Amino acid sequence: MSEAVASPPSPSPATPGVDLDALLAGSQVTQVLDQLDELIGLAPVKARIREIAALLLVERARKQLGLAGGSPSLHMSFTGNPGTGKTTVALRMAQILHRLGYVRKGHLVAVTRDDLVGQYIGHTAPKTKEVLKKAMGGVLFIDEAYYLYRPENERDYGQEAIEILLQVMENQREDLVVIFAGYSDRMATFYRSNPGMSSRIAHHLDFPDYAPEELEAIAERMLTSLDYRLSPSGSAALHDYIPLRMRQPHFANARSIRNALDRARLRQANRLFAARGRDISRDQLMTIEGEDIRASRVFA
Amino acid sequence: MRITQGAFSFLPDLTDAEVRAQIEYSLAQGWAIGVEYTDDPHPRNFYWEMWGNPMFDLRDPAGVMSEVLACREAHPRQYIRVSAFDSRRGFETTRLSFMVNRPGDEPGFLLKRNEVGGRQIQYTLESYATLAPEGRRYQ
Repeated sequence: MSEAVASPPSPSPATPGVDLDALLAGSQVTQVLDQLDELIGLAPVKARIREIAALLLVERARKQLGLAGGSPSLHMSFTGNPGTGKTTVALRMAQILHRLGYVRKGHLVAVTRDDLVGQYIGHTAPKTKEVLKKAMGGVLFIDEAYYLYRPENERDYGQEAIEILLQVMENQREDLVVIFAGYSDRMATFYRSNPGMSSRIAHHLDFPDYAPEELEAIAERMLTSLDYRLSPSGSAALHDYIPLRMRQPHFANARSIRNALDRARLRQANRLFAARGRDISRDQLMTIEGEDIRASRVFA
Repeated sequence: MRITQGAFSFLPDLTDAEVRAQIEYSLAQGWAIGVEYTDDPHPRNFYWEMWGNPMFDLRDPAGVMSEVLACREAHPRQYIRVSAFDSRRGFETTRLSFMVNRPGDEPGFLLKRNEVGGRQIQYTLESYATLAPEGRRYQ
């Protein structure tokens, strides 16, 4: 074997470089990253995704110049409490991967245990394979992935689904990216009992809980998108409501806030309906008052 | 004798890349895709065996290709076709069907002339391959 073959390509001034800016502009990935920044909070997640995007972009630049590099493993794990934006971020992630050319179509197929695991012998493999085929060219998002593994039942078909998943994750890396999502502690147990799974996942992203002021900003954003707004008393009521709700059981971050707003809208509609007979202004239809929020059982 | 059934059958056999491109096109039209195989090449044989279920809601040809390759591995010496179904009219209509595998040696057909009443002749086509029982053809 001659030395020239064994030595890596040396950086010489004569070889043409690659313009990362042009590559970035060409991929239009910045738009998705900017959209990602519009999400409130999630600072560590955003930072991590920027890192991943940078890695993928550089990897592509290296490929253009013919430098070695196998297709990187892109399978990910999103852990965090309910309502912290795992599904939303997964959707954006699919777009990023698509724009960078790491998945061909960029769609997201979201599934849970029920979609993968069958009910009788011989039912699981075709079911899992069907889902995998649908997800090819895109991202497979497995929500509450720890349900796949049920250690208390050694004949559970979940293990079969896991094995098929692992096989495809390893052999068809260029065809699909798998994202496992779930609550942090239970996912940790899941990975401990499936070491093969853990080692095939390149990126672990942890989604932090939202701070009360972040939840307020999220509520504000949700209402604006629905053409509602809070009156000053409504704002104050929400400010009081959030810490109280956070102490209640089954608190699910942004999801709880959305539900609370849905109930507030219900009460607002009731209030307006009760006061009928008078003309209702556009302003009244848009405004959620303090009483709409303070009627919640959280204040009881 | 080379069997010509379905689209592209007068062309040289499609390469895997070409098969993939046809599947890509079919999926882009929103068609469902089925893989079927048979060892009975008679043109009136509509009942090919299904290789798994037809595939609905796929976005990328990778999934179909893996089934085509798996079927080819299991039945390397049989006819395999890919059919694309369009459900726009409320039922699954075949819009495209083409062969992706054929046995290396195709013996062709015997033309039988059957004299019936008077001098009338009924013609029958019989494949030499189907003289052997199912599963033992194209060995």
